[in-house]
Amino acid sequence: MKAGGALLEAEGLVRRYTMRRGMFGRAVDVRAVDGVSLRLERGRTLGLVGESGCGKSTTGRLVLGMESPDAGSVSFDGRTMPAPGTAAWRALRMRMQMVFQDPLGALDRRLPIGAQVIEPLDIHGIGDPAARAARVQELLRAVGLRPDQAARYPHELSGGQRQRAVLARALATDPALLVCDEPISALDVSIQAQVMNLLVELQERFGTALLFISHDLRAVRQVSHRVAVMYLGRIVEEGEPDAVLHDPAHPYARALVSAIPHPGRGGRRIVLQGDPPNPADRPSGCAFHPRCPVASARCAQDVPPLKPRADGRLVACHVAHGDAAAGQGTDRQEAA
Amino acid sequence: MIRFFASRLARAALTIAMVVTFAFVVLRMSGDPAQIIMGADAPPEAVDAFRAAWGLDEPIWVQYLSYFWAILQGDLGRSMRDGRDAIVLVGERIPATLALTLPALLIKICLGIPAGIYAALHRNSLADRVVMVMAVAGFTVPSFVLGLLLVLVFAVQLGWLPSGGQESWRHAILPVVTLGLGGAAVLARFTRSAMLEVLGQPYIRTASAKGVPWRRVVIGHALPNAAIPTVTIIGFMVGSLIAGAVVVESVFSWPGVGRLLVVAVGNRDLAVVQCVLLLVAVTMVCSNLVVDLLYGLLDPRLRAAPQKAA
Amino acid sequence: MPEAPLTVAATLAPPPRRREAMPTLVIFGIGWLALMLLVAVLADLLAPYPYTALDLRNRLSPPVLLGGGWLHPLGTDELGRDVLSRLIYSIRTSLLIAFGATIIGAVVGTTLGFLAAHFRGLVEQAVLALVDFSASLPFLILALAVLAFFGNSLALLVCLLGLHAWERYARIARGLALAAGTQGYAAAVRGLGASPWRIYGRHVLPNIASTLIVSMTLAFPEVILLESGLSFLGLGVQPPQTSLGSMVGYGREYLTRAPWILLAPAVTIVLTTLSVSLIGDWLRDRLDPTLR
Repeated sequence: MKAGGALLEAEGLVRRYTMRRGMFGRAVDVRAVDGVSLRLERGRTLGLVGESGCGKSTTGRLVLGMESPDAGSVSFDGRTMPAPGTAAWRALRMRMQMVFQDPLGALDRRLPIGAQVIEPLDIHGIGDPAARAARVQELLRAVGLRPDQAARYPHELSGGQRQRAVLARALATDPALLVCDEPISALDVSIQAQVMNLLVELQERFGTALLFISHDLRAVRQVSHRVAVMYLGRIVEEGEPDAVLHDPAHPYARALVSAIPHPGRGGRRIVLQGDPPNPADRPSGCAFHPRCPVASARCAQDVPPLKPRADGRLVACHVAHGDAAAGQGTDRQEAA
Repeated sequence: MIRFFASRLARAALTIAMVVTFAFVVLRMSGDPAQIIMGADAPPEAVDAFRAAWGLDEPIWVQYLSYFWAILQGDLGRSMRDGRDAIVLVGERIPATLALTLPALLIKICLGIPAGIYAALHRNSLADRVVMVMAVAGFTVPSFVLGLLLVLVFAVQLGWLPSGGQESWRHAILPVVTLGLGGAAVLARFTRSAMLEVLGQPYIRTASAKGVPWRRVVIGHALPNAAIPTVTIIGFMVGSLIAGAVVVESVFSWPGVGRLLVVAVGNRDLAVVQCVLLLVAVTMVCSNLVVDLLYGLLDPRLRAAPQKAA
Repeated sequence: MPEAPLTVAATLAPPPRRREAMPTLVIFGIGWLALMLLVAVLADLLAPYPYTALDLRNRLSPPVLLGGGWLHPLGTDELGRDVLSRLIYSIRTSLLIAFGATIIGAVVGTTLGFLAAHFRGLVEQAVLALVDFSASLPFLILALAVLAFFGNSLALLVCLLGLHAWERYARIARGLALAAGTQGYAAAVRGLGASPWRIYGRHVLPNIASTLIVSMTLAFPEVILLESGLSFLGLGVQPPQTSLGSMVGYGREYLTRAPWILLAPAVTIVLTTLSVSLIGDWLRDRLDPTLR
């Protein structure tokens, strides 16, 4: 695939963590991310969905260059990601930013939010003091805060306001890429929609590309141009959000979609059986096969590659591609 | 459990190796021992002969390796003053020190722990306040001040007990009391706060709410749990049995390891200082090791922890 | 001054009425500490005589309260030196050493803790091994060994005592910096492109400052006790300089004939450590109940 102006391209990212049991315990390799490739165009949004522990947050950090992959590469704007902590890496922070799950933790509770929103400008030496102050006012207004709230401390703001402040800080240097790691899951449901709308609005206004990481398929669908479903460190399905939501191809994606409460549709929900995924004890073949309702013998042996179907959707499943007949899986259950 | 044990053992060995290295580095950084021992005006030939005799003319890393090797074989060098083996010199003093520190440890435990438990169980009572005042005093009154005050009262004013020396068991009373009182105060304060913390836990309230007699709650639930932090501090006290009486021995002219150390420091008798240093480190590390293992027995969570790292 | 131990008891005795009792003691502590600081700063003005001045006609003269004259309110020592003047200069020396050492310990420990948290890996292992090492030796023994090897000087003594509680600060700084660095504000600021200086200096340090200050308050009396212990053994502050511990050490020779030489500095040591401990305990309860 030719780069062709993609803002962000990640190829075959692998991130292993070594886990030890005690000082001299057996070291266990845990593959948090196991061969993830993704591509993000300027001003677009890619949604990354999966349950906790599937490696989506690690993917986010790898893509930002916060940590280095053990294999694979990330290129941003056609250039390879510099090593974390170097001057080039730090300078690149101007162009890529992150929004965290917990806004209270991400803010320094000893500084008023104005001082924190201005900080990226100070760090990267953008503008003179007067211009910076004006920029802070502008940013606060853009995220829906009042300029006088610059003097407030994080604990004096509500959860939604804090997340707005974090967004203002992230947008201060007008970055080309924003990675949002579960940006709404710590917020009240009533606030979630506001922040989601704000994200879409800000994207239109500043032309920022978003990598939107969430466990919530509906939230992802609302903001994304493309969506990728992750399971145990791999992308198992990727395509247009509506297409994936209406007709999920991968059995895991199907289970995820069926878990969305849907007033109109009947209550047919696929309840997954078996243990929740444990990256330290990865099943052979397709990592999903022990819980898959349609797994066949082949699924336990061969790892299915992520390849395009006829309609262009990327799916990693032997059964979905028709390379193996649907089996009975280990368990199959449908509940009302 | 075996892994846990092995990792503790390795850390202990590493710590002791670091102490040896530290002693060596500090020893060699401090100047030329030959010159120091022989004096600045010693004839050069005599100094050279001294160097050759003590291996001080070898390259530094050879000295380091031979130093390490010698220590592994239990050879801790000879006193540069009288040429006797440092380990023998120190060994002779150990019984005298233990004669002070063991009874003192007994006082600390027998006085400190019950006082702490009692104070915690009767919080804000008069007894609690007395214990706390004593505990704060035990920390803020240095042992030499306490020792000298005891001498002033019991030896000088009242004339009941000797003020120093090691002729009879009566000579040991004041130093033992000095050591014991200070340590008992620390232990009481520690036990009290450990106990109070445990008594505030939900399982204690649950037990007493569901009608378990208070005595049984305290004996069956509170005490074993409060014992865990207290064991640490007792371990530290056991670890300092050998050299925990440096100041007190000096106050009472008691010929123990501490007194030897102070005199050796004054004389710059480096072999003896090193020997004491190493001995103290080994005792300390061993008692820490035992405490760690006791922890495993007392606290099932710690015992299980190494297994469920996932 | 000699009956000051009674004063301590009297001050501690009033029944603590739960909340009100603590502040009374803390006010006493702050007051005493302020007095000591004042004495240390104004030593040259307050001391009636130079601390080495001899008054050979008034050797071993008792203090006012034991029938002595107002010429030497706290009496004189074996050479006729004024105990009050020596006490004042000793307070200055001891406080200077204790402050210097506490600050050195905090700076060294915090820096090493940050280095461990920042670089992880080998640096962290090295720092943790050093922490283990310091924990394995009673500090007094270590200090004695170093003094044996290097001899005494005031600068060495301050540095040596500065190493006293470093591992405590290192452990705290490392733990809190790691906590802030994984998911918290420090990670966020790093993601903004901030340099390590900025992360640790502007963000992490102010956030953990209260914990560090409480630790310093708790370590300060220990440093005073160590210094006075070493000086008492004759291995700390050397004559002609004088410190509270060395005054007790020299006064010990005259325990039977002139106990005031020893009692005045002894009481000062006890009251000072007591004051700082009270303040420290109170600060810990107020600012950082998580600490121990």
